[in-house]
Amino acid sequence: MNIEVIIPLVVFLLFTFLIGIWSAKKRSGAASFLHDYYLGSRELGGLVLAMTMVATYGSASSFVGGPGIAYDRGLGWVLLSMAQVVTGYFTLMILGKRFAVMARRYKAVTLVDFLRSRYNNGLVVILGAFSIVIFLFSAMAAQWVGGARLIESVTGMSYQASLFLFAAAVLFYVIIGGFRAVVVTDAVQGIIMVVGTLIIFTATLIAGGGMNNIMTSLYQENPNLVTPFGADGDLTALYVSSFWILVGVGVVGLPQVAVRAMSYKSSAAMHRALLIGTAVVAFMMFGMHMAGVMGRVVVPGIEVADTVMPELTMTVLPGWLAGIVLAAPMAAIMSTVDSLLLMISSSVVKDVYINYVKPDAREHRIRLLSLIVTAAVGIIVVAISWSPPEFLIWLNLFAFGGLEAAFIWPIVLGLYWKKANGWGALSAMVTGIASYMVISIWLPGWLGMHEVVMPVLFSLAAFVLVSLITNQRQNGWAPLEND
Amino acid sequence: MSLEEKERKLQELTAREALLGVAIAVGHFIWWFGFAYGLGGRDPQNYQYILGMPDWLFYSCVLGPVLLLLTLWFVVKYVLRDIPLDQEEDK
Repeated sequence: MNIEVIIPLVVFLLFTFLIGIWSAKKRSGAASFLHDYYLGSRELGGLVLAMTMVATYGSASSFVGGPGIAYDRGLGWVLLSMAQVVTGYFTLMILGKRFAVMARRYKAVTLVDFLRSRYNNGLVVILGAFSIVIFLFSAMAAQWVGGARLIESVTGMSYQASLFLFAAAVLFYVIIGGFRAVVVTDAVQGIIMVVGTLIIFTATLIAGGGMNNIMTSLYQENPNLVTPFGADGDLTALYVSSFWILVGVGVVGLPQVAVRAMSYKSSAAMHRALLIGTAVVAFMMFGMHMAGVMGRVVVPGIEVADTVMPELTMTVLPGWLAGIVLAAPMAAIMSTVDSLLLMISSSVVKDVYINYVKPDAREHRIRLLSLIVTAAVGIIVVAISWSPPEFLIWLNLFAFGGLEAAFIWPIVLGLYWKKANGWGALSAMVTGIASYMVISIWLPGWLGMHEVVMPVLFSLAAFVLVSLITNQRQNGWAPLEND
Repeated sequence: MSLEEKERKLQELTAREALLGVAIAVGHFIWWFGFAYGLGGRDPQNYQYILGMPDWLFYSCVLGPVLLLLTLWFVVKYVLRDIPLDQEEDK
């Protein structure tokens, strides 16, 4: 156990504690508990909005899994990772002010609220809430495992103790602080991720004797490492480009990202956020994945991809700096799980309970229930992570692809296409999820692209076709009954 | 201005800004793809190196994002409009 490495982590955990308490205090003055607990009363400024979008989206795979693969496959994986830069501005610009205005007009707190007021179709609501709970739950379990493994590798504690520590820290501030605590910790975590990237990139560059030297070594080892095609030459242009859907433009369909696009304070905040967000994603993705590739020269011969970044960090940095850098992936994981946890809780409380079970529930009851549901979901997911499943990144991408295929068109076409209707949205969701499952399981790598591409296209076709066929009067906006 | 007219203006403005987002993303993709595979598709023996990086990587993944940010800065400053989001409350 290395005490210098642990101190920055502990300081960071204490800090998130304080943010949780501060957020809970701040909420006592809010007009509506639901709007405040799940959306922070829609008052995000530019910097916090940018950081929370980046941090929610950037997860264990940006800091541990991704750079580990880059180590293995070379610059082609850096190129692939840069497909994510588009997320910095695309989500905010596509959903744009229309999404923000509509969400306010219809007092939507969750993504499903938005779908409900747009389509006025019970099946869309149920299927939407159901897929959010199922998919985000599996994504979250994978992230918990990643967080616990990381603490395990840094502190030398057992996996179970690490999981417990990690869970206690996250659950505390999410349960009592709600959305405001989540986004403020996200902002802090985002800054830690940027600083961590800068440190590890610079240190690895120096340890490798500069960029020229590193590239020469890579070329001598295997010329393919410096091409866009990967160490074995198997990364085709089509395959790499298809990641523009999965980790690029498709991110619009992720509920935990989309919900942030209804939480900002003003147009100006959104404008600032898309600049900051793009800069931060570009910097982080390039820096971390390049560090992974350069690490091949500094620490050769690492077999397990997930151990590349921890080993590299311990090799090139003194203990206290390593602590800061290793806080970055932990921050990335925490900022993802906290948002997912709150998303699932909001789906259960708002989309299911208030919609179907008890529409006239009183304020204090909703308040209590929200806290209990958040805590219960958190505890269940920790229990599942206790004996961890394999394929961390795979599981993670599976869930995200499913959500993208389900939600991208119901959100985007719901906003911009007048003829979009509930049956169209429903068939898009069913087609998207079903075809994604089928292709992922039975036809992996179909047509040489990532499995998410065709389901997104099928989903679009189903949406348009069914909307046109069932062109009923039910395509207008319906008001929400409850506040 | 009547309420309907105001609503129509809002719809037009928001649709235009969303389309601009799509246009930027298309340009972004073409730049990223064109340099990566246009230059990167050569025999690696013939790569030029800029700041120590293979030229395709530099143009696609370093210069590209810098130009993207300049574009976005320009768009934010001169194109995107500052509109109130709580439309109802300020009529």
